[in-house]
Amino acid sequence: MSNETKQILTTDGIPLEISLKKAERKNKIKAFLLVAPLLLFLIITYIFPIGEMFTRSIDDKMITNMLPKTFKSMETWDGKELPSEEVFASFLSDFKILVDKKEHGKLAQRLNKEKNGFNTITKKLFRQVKRNKIDETQSIKEQIMKVHKRWRNVEYWQAIKRTAPPYTSAKYLKAMDMYLNEDNKITQVSEDRRIHRILWLRTVEVAFFVTVFCFLMGYPIAHLLATLPMKYSNLLMICVLLPFWTSLLVRTASWMILLQQQGVVNDFFVIIGLVSDDNRPEMMYNKVGTYVAMTQILLPFMVLPLYSVMKTISPSLMRAGKSLGGTPFVAFWKVYFPLTIPGIGAGCLLVFILAIGYYITPALVGGASGTLISNQIAYHMKTTLDWSFASAMGLMLLGGVLVIYWLYNKLVGVDNIKLG
Amino acid sequence: MSKNIEFVKFDKVDKSYDGKVLVVKDLNLNISEGEFITMLGPSGSGKTTCLMMLAGFETPTNGEIYLDSNPISNIPPHKRGIGMVFQNYALFPHMTVYENLAFPLRVRKVQKDEIDKKVDKALSMVSLSGFESRMPAQLSGGQQQRVAVARALVFDPAVVLMDEPLGALDKNLRESMQYEIKHIHENIGVTVVYVTHDQGEALTMSNRIAVFNDGKVQQLSSPDKLYEEPVNSFVAEFIGENNTFGGEVTDISKDICKVKLQNGEILANPISVKSKGDKTTVSIRPERALINPKDKMDNNQTGKIEEVIYHGDHTRLRLDLLGNKEFILKVPNSSNELDLKLGNEIKVGWNSQDARALDPK
Repeated sequence: MSNETKQILTTDGIPLEISLKKAERKNKIKAFLLVAPLLLFLIITYIFPIGEMFTRSIDDKMITNMLPKTFKSMETWDGKELPSEEVFASFLSDFKILVDKKEHGKLAQRLNKEKNGFNTITKKLFRQVKRNKIDETQSIKEQIMKVHKRWRNVEYWQAIKRTAPPYTSAKYLKAMDMYLNEDNKITQVSEDRRIHRILWLRTVEVAFFVTVFCFLMGYPIAHLLATLPMKYSNLLMICVLLPFWTSLLVRTASWMILLQQQGVVNDFFVIIGLVSDDNRPEMMYNKVGTYVAMTQILLPFMVLPLYSVMKTISPSLMRAGKSLGGTPFVAFWKVYFPLTIPGIGAGCLLVFILAIGYYITPALVGGASGTLISNQIAYHMKTTLDWSFASAMGLMLLGGVLVIYWLYNKLVGVDNIKLG
Repeated sequence: MSKNIEFVKFDKVDKSYDGKVLVVKDLNLNISEGEFITMLGPSGSGKTTCLMMLAGFETPTNGEIYLDSNPISNIPPHKRGIGMVFQNYALFPHMTVYENLAFPLRVRKVQKDEIDKKVDKALSMVSLSGFESRMPAQLSGGQQQRVAVARALVFDPAVVLMDEPLGALDKNLRESMQYEIKHIHENIGVTVVYVTHDQGEALTMSNRIAVFNDGKVQQLSSPDKLYEEPVNSFVAEFIGENNTFGGEVTDISKDICKVKLQNGEILANPISVKSKGDKTTVSIRPERALINPKDKMDNNQTGKIEEVIYHGDHTRLRLDLLGNKEFILKVPNSSNELDLKLGNEIKVGWNSQDARALDPK
């Protein structure tokens, strides 16, 4: 018995599989050409930038390229005592090249990030080199050590050695308020400098509660939209969509008008006697403002997927539930609600993911206690110009979203998502 | 145990949705216990509204509905204990067949082993044993239908309402389901109120049929009476096939009347005409008019064959007879000695008692 399956031939004697492939090749090429623009677009606007962000966030090649000889000679150094004459010599030769290229400042900056104090001693060394004070026929080690006492400290040389690898995880650690110490151990920064972790937690907290608020407000609206007669539901739909069509900035600004201490809401509270005029509560430049404005802005993203799912639920199902003896609540909870889960999943995921990276609204109404991680990213993009740090935080955000997506898939199943 | 002949009672029920148009007008209807009653009518005739009022999803604008002598207008649907089969089955898509059937029992806090027993029984009743763990989407239309029927019956309701339950099935399945539902009804003796616009369905299944039109019950009687003795021209038109002549009564006695048509005169059975000069529509069932009658008949006419349509077991002829160009005749295919050719003139006769003089259209 042979294991070979009998080859089936077409009428013309060509093997069926080959013939089929031939017949379908044209369609395949056509299909590929149709999606090619999109594929290209995705690669250019999505995959490439994310890859670029990633390399930028771990890139540490600048210093690797600045001190090639130093790192080469440091390979054999055990890092316990001061390095050998050879290391000093190659460092000087690297440094001289940098001085010629006027890049020694960058080196000082980079080394100073690794360990405080490099700025001063690099400048001192620069002055010595500039004046040609270093005699290369003598021991270079001795001469450099004389420039500043820190050059005699082994810790500074250890710091240089730590910068040798072309890639670093320092930015990621920094985003979590941690760093690699002298022994290459991950350590937390001192308590008063831990700002990022608070921001991460606050971001997740805000995104979570905004999602909850959106769900609580959006569910009844979507239900009304799906069940009201056309005449009213269209009007309601416009009410939901009108803010959606208004500029984000305008909506945020209008919340600022409403929520500020001399604003409309506070005036109203004073008029109805809820608060006294000299004790107006702060509803802006804190978390309250962020919650209120973000909930309103993200509400349509909850309502629309819910609505599209609820629209497909036949009203006879609720009736069936009731006619079979379920109270209205039981009919809702056992029949209607489980059928809306795909919409709830889609809406919550959408709102949460949008909220977790939200930027403009917290920046404008959030104040100090209402800013989120995205504002920190923007700060490093625009103000400190530490793009690699911004990239690292951006990627962590992306990673977080992917984790949530994965969790959601585990719990509910992604094929249960329904956006419309 | 004597049967309550007023088990379900509609008493002077009116229903209006917008305050302008009455969709149900002065409905009085008694349904006795264990009866299979069908509400038959064209769409928009108010039959589904009646069903929804009985189920509790609509409230009567006026009048009262009684279930076992208790007024039920103020009882919410879930406390009425009425089973319902919906047009599109309304099976819960996220529950298995078992869970669907267990739903009405679970909300009634029935014990687990009791539930198992009842679900088992209900499923075997619709011959779907072994389908407990399937999801509704994995069932065919007919199977879904049967699950819906089983679910409406599983909690032993006093009344089961069915709202065009077979509308979505294909013809063959529909017919076999008709018999199946009929047999279930006969076996368990539950009261069934069935809504349909398909007269064939109504005739096969029901004990009595209420023909609805324009918000009113036009006739309430058993299927055979409905077909043989329609009381007005709407029922005659709506149930089965029908040949009509419009005319005026020229002479009337106890059980016969003379009706003058546009070109001719026929003898008819006076049903809703009272006196000379009344306008009337005379209705004759196609199978009551015979070709070349051997016996003597009251009415003998000659018609020209306008169309011959072959129907398998019979042939339909469309005649031009007494000015009616839509006069239909059914000829059984066994009588093949006839010369049925287009344009031929043939003799047609019928008895006056089969020609019912009803209200004018």
